Amino acid sequence: LDKEEAAKMSEAAINHKAQAAEAEQVDNSPVEVGKIKGILDVNNGARMKSWLGVCAHCGFCADSCFFYLAHDKDPTMSPAYKVKTTLGELYKRKGEVDREFLREVYETVWGKCTMCRRCSQYCPFGIDLATMIGVARACCNSQGILPEGLARTKQNIIETGNQMAMSSEDWVETCKWMAEEYAEEVHGLEMPVDVPGAKYMYTVNPREPMYYPQDLGMMAEIMHLAGDNWCVPSTGWDCTNLAMFAGDKAAASIPVKNMYDKAVELGVEQILMTECGHAYRSGNFEGPYWLGLAGGQPPVPVKHSVQLFWEYIVRDKCIKIDPDKMPDEVVTLQDPCNVSRSGGLWELMRELTRALVKDFRDMSPNREYNHCCGGGGGFIPMGSDFKRRRMASGKVKAEQIKATGATKIIVPCHNCFDQINDLNKEYDLGVKVVSFKELITESMIIPQEFIPPEEPEAAGE
Amino acid sequence: MEAFYNFLAGPALWLSFIIFFGGLIIRAAFLVGISRSKDGVFYNHFSWGWSLKSVVPWLLPLGTRGLRSQPLLGVVFFVFHLCLLGVPIFLFAHNLLWEEAWGWSLPALPEWLGDIGAWIVIACCAFLFIRRLVEPTVRIMSGAMDYILILLVAAPFVTGALAYHQWGDYSLNLVLHLLSAEVLLIVIPFSKLGHLILFFFTRAFIGSEMGARREQDGRLGARVW
Repeated sequence: LDKEEAAKMSEAAINHKAQAAEAEQVDNSPVEVGKIKGILDVNNGARMKSWLGVCAHCGFCADSCFFYLAHDKDPTMSPAYKVKTTLGELYKRKGEVDREFLREVYETVWGKCTMCRRCSQYCPFGIDLATMIGVARACCNSQGILPEGLARTKQNIIETGNQMAMSSEDWVETCKWMAEEYAEEVHGLEMPVDVPGAKYMYTVNPREPMYYPQDLGMMAEIMHLAGDNWCVPSTGWDCTNLAMFAGDKAAASIPVKNMYDKAVELGVEQILMTECGHAYRSGNFEGPYWLGLAGGQPPVPVKHSVQLFWEYIVRDKCIKIDPDKMPDEVVTLQDPCNVSRSGGLWELMRELTRALVKDFRDMSPNREYNHCCGGGGGFIPMGSDFKRRRMASGKVKAEQIKATGATKIIVPCHNCFDQINDLNKEYDLGVKVVSFKELITESMIIPQEFIPPEEPEAAGE
Repeated sequence: MEAFYNFLAGPALWLSFIIFFGGLIIRAAFLVGISRSKDGVFYNHFSWGWSLKSVVPWLLPLGTRGLRSQPLLGVVFFVFHLCLLGVPIFLFAHNLLWEEAWGWSLPALPEWLGDIGAWIVIACCAFLFIRRLVEPTVRIMSGAMDYILILLVAAPFVTGALAYHQWGDYSLNLVLHLLSAEVLLIVIPFSKLGHLILFFFTRAFIGSEMGARREQDGRLGARVW
């Protein structure tokens, strides 16, 4: 027995050594401290100095964090602790850190925070902890330490301008294909490309043309019925920005610049964005700063499609909803962090929801105080290593959803959409996850003039 | 002892106040200075309305969601700060000294109320100190300085109360009272206690950032209280 145990132990020791050697092989290059110092210095303004200087370690932020709540109040999950041990330590050591330390930072800033910003609402000093986590991400990114999924999408952005490396030809082709398909539902439907002076230039998440082209078709139906002058751009059509979550400002500014440039070139009135949360944060709030635009404003106003749908259905009533087709079941609504808390659209979203469903029940907490679903901050594309983490931290969201008794949930964000679908399976929630555009196209009234004329059936078929 | 007392009550006190006010002004001026080049986002979206909305509720007892989420701590914070600032300024004995020195004084608290206020500060410090030791989320973040600052804040109140009640060696307590108060005044601008003024800056920023910046074109600003 002793021999067996000894053999097992030595085998374990060999395995351990092999693993350690493998890890060393992965990255043993020296840390370029200068790059980290540069990032720390650029961000070391009055706000950063004040935040680092006043945090009284009072612990008020802990209860606001869903990671903390989902992990039985593990003190290492409290927002202030996460910042103190990452960015706080980076400043304290003036950037003189090694790879091992950065790998610990990596675990925290990507694995234990979605940058949802809820803690800032509960911090007595209003410290913007998410921004600080973002700077720590930038420091890691500068040394090539970042989740593999984000590194891949970042590379796609740098090489092709969009996160899924889709060519412009494929994008335009997909739009044309969807226009043909959906013209069978709505007569005269088109997806015009590059229309100078159009009112809206519609930008999307590349996963729509790649995996969910029906999203494009549904949007075209709504736009066509509303009768607005709109188009899709042949370039700059990706409004998402995963490089933002990689902490890479240079890469993050690429898709934003493409989008702004195209909008300015076409002379469109507004950039319209699909139901995506982080795209809105990137295009409307962060982008202007990466590009150094005066006043921190985008060159062309940016509108989220939730707001457009609200205008069409609630304000202008140019899209009418058939009450008989409205869902009877209990419906709840997800407030994506970057649409509600950081997007300001929660009230419009509720008015829109009430116009679309009969039995709407809010989650608690809700509106700008809502919890992140656990899929934000780049979590969804980070890869399978992170799935276990988001299922664990998503417990809070799962319980919120369960408490509403809803069988349908409206989710106007692609990342929330995937996360809640995964939570649905993990926690057996029994809800159907839908987007606004899906719900709208299911119940909107198609006026007579838009009903396609019946084609004479081809002989013999 | 008397010479030392006279030094503490004379030049040292002046010096402490100069460092206290000067330090706070310099720290604020320095931050405003670097903000011009590095914090454009603050100026681009600054709003007085959202700044006030971000500040005022946090100064009221249980005025915010955060404070209400931990009501005991929320009340302790309020009472603690109220007494911490109110007692030294409106204490009867302090105002008597100012009256003697300069011929003017502020309306003073009755002696018994000043005494109660001081004991409240001491009790709150004890509460915050113990909480720091036993509450896991706070304990894990606390360094020596976090504990020292609580003791520093409590010291002038403990020694003041001892002197007022003439418990122990009166003149020694008086000297320690002056000494600890002066150390505290000097430490405030250069430590986390600088939140005395930085609080208003950080709150103004987050109020404008999450409120004013978002509140445009039919959108709403997020509440940070």
